[in-house]
Amino acid sequence: MGKTLFQKIWDEHVIHEREDGNALLYIDRHLTHDLHHRLFKVLQSKGLTVREPGKLFGVPDHSVPTTAKTVEDIPEGEMRETVAGLQQAADDFGFHHFSMADERHGIVHVVGPEQGITLPGLTLVCGDSHTSTHGALGCIAFGIGSTEVEHVLVTQTLWQRTPKTMRITLTGQLGFGVSGKDVILAVIKKIGAAGGTGYAIEYAGSAIDGMSMEGRMTVCNMTIEAGARFGIIAPDDKTIAYCADRPFAPQGEKWDEAKAYWRGLTSDADARFDAEITLDGGAIAPMVTWGNSPQWVLPVTDRVPDPSSETDPQVRADMEAALDYMDLKPGMALSDIKVDTVFIGACTNSRIEDMRAAAAVAKGRTAKARTLVVPGSGLVKKQAEAEGLDKIFIEAGMEWREPGCSMCIALNGDMLAPGERAASTSNRNFRGRQGPGSRTHLLSPAMAAAAAVTGRLTDVRTLIEED
Amino acid sequence: MMASKPGLTPFTTFASVAVPIDIANCDTDQIIPGRFLRRSSTDLDYDRILFHDLRFNADGSEKDFVYNRAPYREGRIFVADINWGCGSSREHAVSVLTANGVRSVIAPSFGDIHYNNCIKNGVLPIQLSSEHCATLRRQLRESPGAEIAIDLDTQSLTGPDQTSYAFEVDAFDKHRLLNGLDDIGLTMAFEDKIADFTGAYAKRHGWAG
Repeated sequence: MGKTLFQKIWDEHVIHEREDGNALLYIDRHLTHDLHHRLFKVLQSKGLTVREPGKLFGVPDHSVPTTAKTVEDIPEGEMRETVAGLQQAADDFGFHHFSMADERHGIVHVVGPEQGITLPGLTLVCGDSHTSTHGALGCIAFGIGSTEVEHVLVTQTLWQRTPKTMRITLTGQLGFGVSGKDVILAVIKKIGAAGGTGYAIEYAGSAIDGMSMEGRMTVCNMTIEAGARFGIIAPDDKTIAYCADRPFAPQGEKWDEAKAYWRGLTSDADARFDAEITLDGGAIAPMVTWGNSPQWVLPVTDRVPDPSSETDPQVRADMEAALDYMDLKPGMALSDIKVDTVFIGACTNSRIEDMRAAAAVAKGRTAKARTLVVPGSGLVKKQAEAEGLDKIFIEAGMEWREPGCSMCIALNGDMLAPGERAASTSNRNFRGRQGPGSRTHLLSPAMAAAAAVTGRLTDVRTLIEED
Repeated sequence: MMASKPGLTPFTTFASVAVPIDIANCDTDQIIPGRFLRRSSTDLDYDRILFHDLRFNADGSEKDFVYNRAPYREGRIFVADINWGCGSSREHAVSVLTANGVRSVIAPSFGDIHYNNCIKNGVLPIQLSSEHCATLRRQLRESPGAEIAIDLDTQSLTGPDQTSYAFEVDAFDKHRLLNGLDDIGLTMAFEDKIADFTGAYAKRHGWAG
């Protein structure tokens, strides 16, 4: 029997396998961010060192104010200590660090692929659940907790149970106005927020083949919102072209060697998956969430669901609680929901393609709600500015900020007031995620820009014309 | 209560008042809101952060939430609903459990990363069917202060009505929990294998270095 793409990469990294199926895996790349800075102090207090500092990359992102260009710009306090703490750790242990002043700085999950740190065939970990993003390049990438982070720092290995495998095939081609964000929201709607628990999900099919690398990263990013730690897409010509000439990617003969190896990284025709799901990619519409779990999502053309039509009493109660928290009435059109704030950014949707999609809608229009546009890295910012996208946003009355996680996790001062409602390109609509009492509707960058210029959730297809 | 991290306290048998947490998809943002992630788990009031926004109003007064009420407040076993601990990888979501002395969460399913974080901190995640979890939660609502007793060695637990439930646990996880083992210590024993692997891997995949 053939092997899946995931199994091929996994097997290549097994140092030791126990009879119970747990394996000690070698880790090729370790990314870290500001919230882990304390761990390095723990290491020092235990007299431990970082085994392979050349494979460790630190980027401050969670605690970075989007109005600050350097650590010195951050007012004294918790945020500054956290960002400075990671810099100190990098100095002490000698690992790569992209400081705020560096144009390569940004959100760790944007920086990894952009710098060629993330490559097909690798194992990559980070103490952040959205590490699944990197799987879009055809590697095994997953989020871990801080005890596991410490383990990787000290040993460059990790104990893992072999996950089950699921293949989600997206047939057809995406329609006009539909992007990777809508695809992953449709996937989560189909399998549920726990549907992928215990699985590594491989995405395949013509809709995935037709998608850009940015779109694929968005799909893999929110795989964790379907419960799976791993999302993976087989590397193809697009992947290889994307990786070519990136600063940390192999060069010369090593590049040729890598390319030859990557060409074999596909699931064999006779590989068996523990679960197979198929969705018609052509039938996916622009999506928007209405509740406090990403699984509570509908096409924007739909209406707020009515809990009374739900037969399971527990689900009904959950829906009622969500509608109460979100202050929504059953049956109202989703497009009648007014928003106070729009956030375009986060590791889900802050790459150049996302900026372009939002700008195409914002162009020549005026924002009717406070709108923050936060590029995912200094290089995305630079590229967007070279294309004049910053001017489009600013002329539309939107705020063009410095890179960071920003309002996705609201740890940097960018947040919603209690009761405030946001249209957000981030990944989680949990209660209080964007500030205590905040209300979040997740959607794509184009849809977010549409909400910004109309002041309510809006089907972006009514605002733009097909090429 | 003093905030302490039992960390590597072995888990053998454990009995406690149990708390019904009737929230499906209780994400780690509910267990510990993001704004507390820069706090140190050695802070004396760290235990107050558990379920913070479900428990407290903005002025610090208590909300009507099960974990605020006696005798549940002393409960050190939680019975939860589907997808407990989904979302963020924050290990703080386990630190706030251990800061309150919680040693086990029983649920129909768990977020994968949170599940692993529990194991690494001596907290036993027990998976039971939705029906059994619903039964336990109902019994705990009807009999506040009722206890659950867990025996990891025999992989069984006893509910408030003395019904016994068997549960599965990964053999390696069980070994680690029963003996309070820390992974770095375990891995150090494989030093020779790691060194051999690393050398061979660098030859096989020179591009990946």
